Amino acid sequence: MTTDKGIIILDLNSFSREFIQANLMIPDMIYLDNAATTWPKPESVSEAISNAINRCGGNPGRGGHRLALAAGELLYEVRERTASFFGCKDPFHVSYTQNITMAINLILRGLLHPGDHVLISPMEHNAVMRPLKAMGISCDILPGGTDGKINPAEIANKIQSSTRLIVICHESNVNGIVQPLREIGRIAHKNNLLLLADCAQSAGHFPLNIEKDNIDFLCFTGHKGLYGPTGTGGVIFSSRVDTDQVMPLIRGGTGSLSESYDQPDFLPDRFESGTQNICGLAGLNAGLQWIEEKGIENLSRHGSELIGNLRSGLQEHPGIHLYSGEGQVLSITIDGLDNGTAASELEERWGIMTRIGLHCAPLAHRTLGTFPDGTIRFAVSPFTTEEDIRICITACKTLAEESWAKN
Amino acid sequence: MGKELIMLVHTSGHAFSIEKALKKRDISCRLTPIPRKVSSDCGICVRFDPNDRQKVETFIQTLPFDIQGIISDDET
Repeated sequence: MTTDKGIIILDLNSFSREFIQANLMIPDMIYLDNAATTWPKPESVSEAISNAINRCGGNPGRGGHRLALAAGELLYEVRERTASFFGCKDPFHVSYTQNITMAINLILRGLLHPGDHVLISPMEHNAVMRPLKAMGISCDILPGGTDGKINPAEIANKIQSSTRLIVICHESNVNGIVQPLREIGRIAHKNNLLLLADCAQSAGHFPLNIEKDNIDFLCFTGHKGLYGPTGTGGVIFSSRVDTDQVMPLIRGGTGSLSESYDQPDFLPDRFESGTQNICGLAGLNAGLQWIEEKGIENLSRHGSELIGNLRSGLQEHPGIHLYSGEGQVLSITIDGLDNGTAASELEERWGIMTRIGLHCAPLAHRTLGTFPDGTIRFAVSPFTTEEDIRICITACKTLAEESWAKN
Repeated sequence: MGKELIMLVHTSGHAFSIEKALKKRDISCRLTPIPRKVSSDCGICVRFDPNDRQKVETFIQTLPFDIQGIISDDET
């Protein structure tokens, strides 16, 4: 369909129709880079950000005038909503950071000491690998299948006397494989270890409950499956964690205990120095509210079905290799075709935006055998349509056939 | 407004949490800047009617966090 302004509107199914409003001004575009950041966002997200700037313009926790109170109320509202979303009973066990990388750094750097040993999944992101290496922390990779999935029965053999923490990327940003968190957490607790779950991709894709899923540090980002803006994220501490054992990553003004040069030891101030990203968190609040309204199971089903369609459409095609998990991500390689060339062709000829390369996860690519070239990654969202996927299948097959003819 | 009681809290988030919970229990309260004579904090306190003291103190027992204390407006 074409509007009187000549703008092409893709034919969307009813589930996604409302979302396309944000797409109207950008014709011929298929955004499949949702594992990097979701786009578009629900309209309510930008409205909430605008409202926060205009109506909640004070500094939360500093001062008692109306604008400061409005900002403080908003911050408390999103804190309550975030806690509830992840099954945390105490809103003050939510500590916000600027992204999940900072949240993971907060835990690794604040909890671990020289001599500690850590177990990690074979699909970890550099948000985990780089801080561990820089800290000189020894770690072992838990054995997994060719798709990177861990067998929990093999964890016990890897535990050493100095093991303190298990770090698990819940849903891989490379192939979407989902790790059995609850069982891993059960084993961790049985052995007196703590579990850090990197939920960068899975938050918003699957219902998560920090207590029932046996997670101790649930790290999340706001701008992917929670549909908030960039610059939002955080960590949630389970009731099992003694937060006094975690040193703050940064220290500074909190609006509390202002006469002292010592950092407060109570939550959330212990980990939240400096003015919070109130506008960003207002957007995150709206994103979470939107998920609640739509139903996380509905959103998840939509994404899984689309990835299933993509997998079915490509799996029998010679020259296309699939690195497929269970989440809302599918990685591929095409025989004889450079990934960068493929990405350029996909965008120039079909308007398809992807992410290629190592996805900041060289360990995951080593596990999958796709290091160092990486893969072409497609990641869907509730805004992705069946038509988007049909076009993507056609595009990939065309590229594979052209590559085969050339080679 | 007459003399109120002032609840001092450790962090502003606690004040918002308490305000919300008190209002849910039909106990009126308001958030204001902290009187400088009682605290150097940059944040806020919860003011409420002395007639509600018993109800407020009962509610405080249910909180998962500590408060700093309750003082009379006279003390400021």
